[in-house]
Amino acid sequence: MNIERTTISGARGLDRDEPLSFEQDAPGRTGVDLPAAPDAPDRLGSLRRQGGIGLPGLAEPQVVRHFVRLSRMNYAIDYGLYPLGSCTMKHNPRLNERLARLPGIGDVHPMQPQSTTQGVLRLMSELAHWLTELTGMATVAMTPGAGAQGEMCGMMAIRAAHEARGEPRKRVLVPESAHGTNPATAAICGYEVDSIPATADGRVDMAAFEAKLGPDVAGLMLTNPNTCGLFERDIIRIAELIHGVGGYFYCDGANFNAIVGKVRPGDLGIDAMHINLHKTFSTPHGGGGPGSGPVVFSEALALYAPLPKVVQRDGRYELIEQEDGPRVGRMKGFHGQFGMFVRALAYMQSHGRDGLKQVAEDAVLNANYVMEKLKDLLPPAYPGPCMHEVLVSDRGLDGTGVETMDLAKALIDEGYHPMTVYFPLIVHGAMLIEPTETETRETLDSFIRVMRGLVEQARAGEETEYFKAAPVMTPRRRLDETLAARKPVLRWVPEAPVAEAAE
Amino acid sequence: MRYLPQTPDDRAAMLSAIGVGNIDELFRDVPAAVLNAPIDSLPDHQGEMAVERHFQGFARENLSPASAPCFIGAGAYHHHVPATVDHLIQRSEFLTSYTPYQPEISQGTLQYLFEFQTQVALLTGMDVANASMYDGATATSEAVLMAHRITKRKKSVISGRLHPHYRETTETLLRFTPYDLEIRDPVIGGQGGLAEAIDKDTACVVVQNPDVFGEFKDLTGLAEACHAQGALLIVAVTEVVSLGLVTSPGEMGADIVTAEGQSLGVPLSFGGPHVGLFACRQKYVRQMPGRLAGETLDADGKRGYVLTLNAREQHIRREKATSNICTNAGLCALAFCIHVTLLGEAGMTGLAEVNHRTASLLAERLTALADVKLLTEHFFNEFALDIGRPAAPVVEALAALGILGGVPASRLFPGEPSLENVLILAATETVSEADIDRLVSALQEISA
Amino acid sequence: MSDRKYTKDHEWIDVSGGEATIGISDYAQDQLGDVVYVDLPDVGQQVEKGAEAAVIESVKAASEVYAPATGEVTARNDALDDNPALVNESAEADGWFYRMKLSNMSDLDGLMDAEAYAAFVEALD
Repeated sequence: MNIERTTISGARGLDRDEPLSFEQDAPGRTGVDLPAAPDAPDRLGSLRRQGGIGLPGLAEPQVVRHFVRLSRMNYAIDYGLYPLGSCTMKHNPRLNERLARLPGIGDVHPMQPQSTTQGVLRLMSELAHWLTELTGMATVAMTPGAGAQGEMCGMMAIRAAHEARGEPRKRVLVPESAHGTNPATAAICGYEVDSIPATADGRVDMAAFEAKLGPDVAGLMLTNPNTCGLFERDIIRIAELIHGVGGYFYCDGANFNAIVGKVRPGDLGIDAMHINLHKTFSTPHGGGGPGSGPVVFSEALALYAPLPKVVQRDGRYELIEQEDGPRVGRMKGFHGQFGMFVRALAYMQSHGRDGLKQVAEDAVLNANYVMEKLKDLLPPAYPGPCMHEVLVSDRGLDGTGVETMDLAKALIDEGYHPMTVYFPLIVHGAMLIEPTETETRETLDSFIRVMRGLVEQARAGEETEYFKAAPVMTPRRRLDETLAARKPVLRWVPEAPVAEAAE
Repeated sequence: MRYLPQTPDDRAAMLSAIGVGNIDELFRDVPAAVLNAPIDSLPDHQGEMAVERHFQGFARENLSPASAPCFIGAGAYHHHVPATVDHLIQRSEFLTSYTPYQPEISQGTLQYLFEFQTQVALLTGMDVANASMYDGATATSEAVLMAHRITKRKKSVISGRLHPHYRETTETLLRFTPYDLEIRDPVIGGQGGLAEAIDKDTACVVVQNPDVFGEFKDLTGLAEACHAQGALLIVAVTEVVSLGLVTSPGEMGADIVTAEGQSLGVPLSFGGPHVGLFACRQKYVRQMPGRLAGETLDADGKRGYVLTLNAREQHIRREKATSNICTNAGLCALAFCIHVTLLGEAGMTGLAEVNHRTASLLAERLTALADVKLLTEHFFNEFALDIGRPAAPVVEALAALGILGGVPASRLFPGEPSLENVLILAATETVSEADIDRLVSALQEISA
Repeated sequence: MSDRKYTKDHEWIDVSGGEATIGISDYAQDQLGDVVYVDLPDVGQQVEKGAEAAVIESVKAASEVYAPATGEVTARNDALDDNPALVNESAEADGWFYRMKLSNMSDLDGLMDAEAYAAFVEALD
């Protein structure tokens, strides 16, 4: 018997809406008990704030409930498969959280005298060793705050190298399929961006690439495996060609998960590569951050890697914070995203070199399995085996009226976070699926069954209205992004007092 | 291996389903010479216990505020993080979720970002704030770039009393742009001559308040001087708790405020990850870098939140983006948001008061010592002393006595001999009177 | 009927005396989807034929609008600041972008008339 019910409270069992903290204010309520302020003179006088700040008062139980209720409106890796291509949504080991919080690790102040921080400096040094060994590169700059900052660090090193030679260059070559951070970074470094098209099999068009080479090319920014999930077969030749004109080879390491422990970027001729610790090395995505983007450098660029860096001298570790010379300057405050270093090193030590090689193999195996089982309904955009992610176009939905966006939203009702959609831009209605190595065959089979079922329903043409309206089972239905952009409301404001009607 | 669920049977079955004999057939696009390169110098996998032991080894080699009174500030502050904060940020749905690109299943993240943006705007006294940046230093450098975009002018004037990390980060970001930075000297006290340096070619003036030596000033006059010339005033705040007590930068006339939010909810963690705050006037909102959460309605007319004004960002504008930034501080922004929610109005102002009076007491006790002079008249919870002798060896000697006794200015300004005897100290609510007694005795012992 | 001309980049341009009014075509607004913001040039700004004069933003994209001729901007459509939806509702009338004083009338040589533009758009699909 199907019973409809509208509740009095508006809640739906364990699901409910949650107002803003600002809408739950009780003046004077607080969730902390502070120590008494000592009796000492006021040093600020007229510089003190005159009015209130406007923060709401809640006690601890209310605060806990508020955030627990908010959390229940989020999907998470801990909840289910998150097949976002290019994001590497693998399991985040809990051991890493415990270690990051150890007293003597999580609470060390960055400006303590170095004699008191030998342990954390040693930790950074060990991580640097893992990173250079895994990549076969000469040195690593640990400080960039995330992947995009790592790109900036690498490209600035390239520019510094040319300037040191008295050979300033104008252009950077970037494939059409590149992630948006690549051209944005090149522009900040003062370069013109020159786009290289892809071939029919999803790789850099070598003829077009060679035609664009010249003595004014500073370098190439390439992702490998590329954003189509494919290994650039010609990569060694690409490196030779860029070096041949005196340029440098920057590699976007976002897809390192496909080759970690199996291929060393240094062996491919790469001069600089950022590594996303929050992708390949499992540091948590935390709803959008924090990240960490250390950059490995070849001998050719090692001189330009920014400070601070950790060195070993006479059995002691030292953090070098200042040095005259041609290095790229400081990237951010202090010494890098140390909390993420702890987690990444724990991940590396847990897996070891044998485990990391297995990571790459299982990641590639899982993606190819998904590709194989979907290919009759959703043909891959490019032929051949894929690496750790598979790219399909929306050809399988042709004529159905259902678009990639609609399929993704239906997947949400099925209990999955959608794959990456509409990236890379070179494939129409792109869907980029990256299962990662921490998923079981059973999970993949379930996902495949659902994807096949949805595509078949789309083709049958009877559920089109549903697809256009999906999702229908989530805390919120599709949200009006046009309204949000036309009339941006970016904060809560207190309601104006109601004007009394003049009478 | 505990994180890799595929068994040999699974792998065999999957390879068979794909139609290949072994895994390396899937790697056939990789040149044979570079596939499966041996990585001899790294160990094989280990269990949890072994890894934990290894990390406890690291921990033992450090002194930390867990076991030593901490008087160090200089851009990061040792505060008490309530137990609730760390507990809530470890909820799976916060820890292991992604950027909220699918808003229907990310309302948790989007709503807390909206609350965070509101908190930052209120604390800084500004109209709008973004969903956070990597840290205060990078936020400040992005603010300078933004000022150049808005004014289309060539020059920025940077106070010499801006934290050197903030200054250096800004120099790096602007290095290959056509913009010039005029950097003033780090003179303690005095006016610094900033207002005189502003002209029609100035995009912005950047000051830190309280400054790197702890001095807090009324910037209203400086704001007026900037605006008279059409330049923007950017104010950087390294100790966000100060905003619970002092006149906000917004009230003083700032156009952009950047800050380090680490003091609220985020552990020191040897310098990162922290959380950059970024707020500005309403009219500049489309020039603001970073993510923004905005309010809207869903298909049923219910209030909800989405990432908005995306067209500014790298994934759309590519080389014309306002910044190349992709991630925000995520979980650190959540920690800040939870801590501020716990504090509320009463807690925020109360916490600031405890910090201020504790530092005031510390200053009183230290200036009673021979040869010690206070160099910052108006401060919040951090101040500079001239201790009459080189400060760096004193800090080392204090460390040997188990005290984290501040930062020598020479570490922040290595090329400045005039700052050799200057010691910068902070005192937060974590400092007790017993801690202060211990520091005072230790200093007396060292001077003897 | 007006002497409205169209460019290959889907802008329209009306000329009267030495002054031109510029906007985007109805086809263009349809392709862009919901317009959320238009970044218009300032009055007094110099624009160059073929260079970026304005940027039009939808939720998922930002498109450059190029100047069809060289000259000085004499007016901008302030109504678009608060109501960018005008571009979708009335691209070829109320949704105009800016006016400019033309430096060279010859810049307009080779632009399409309404009929030629309609044929051009037909051929695209």
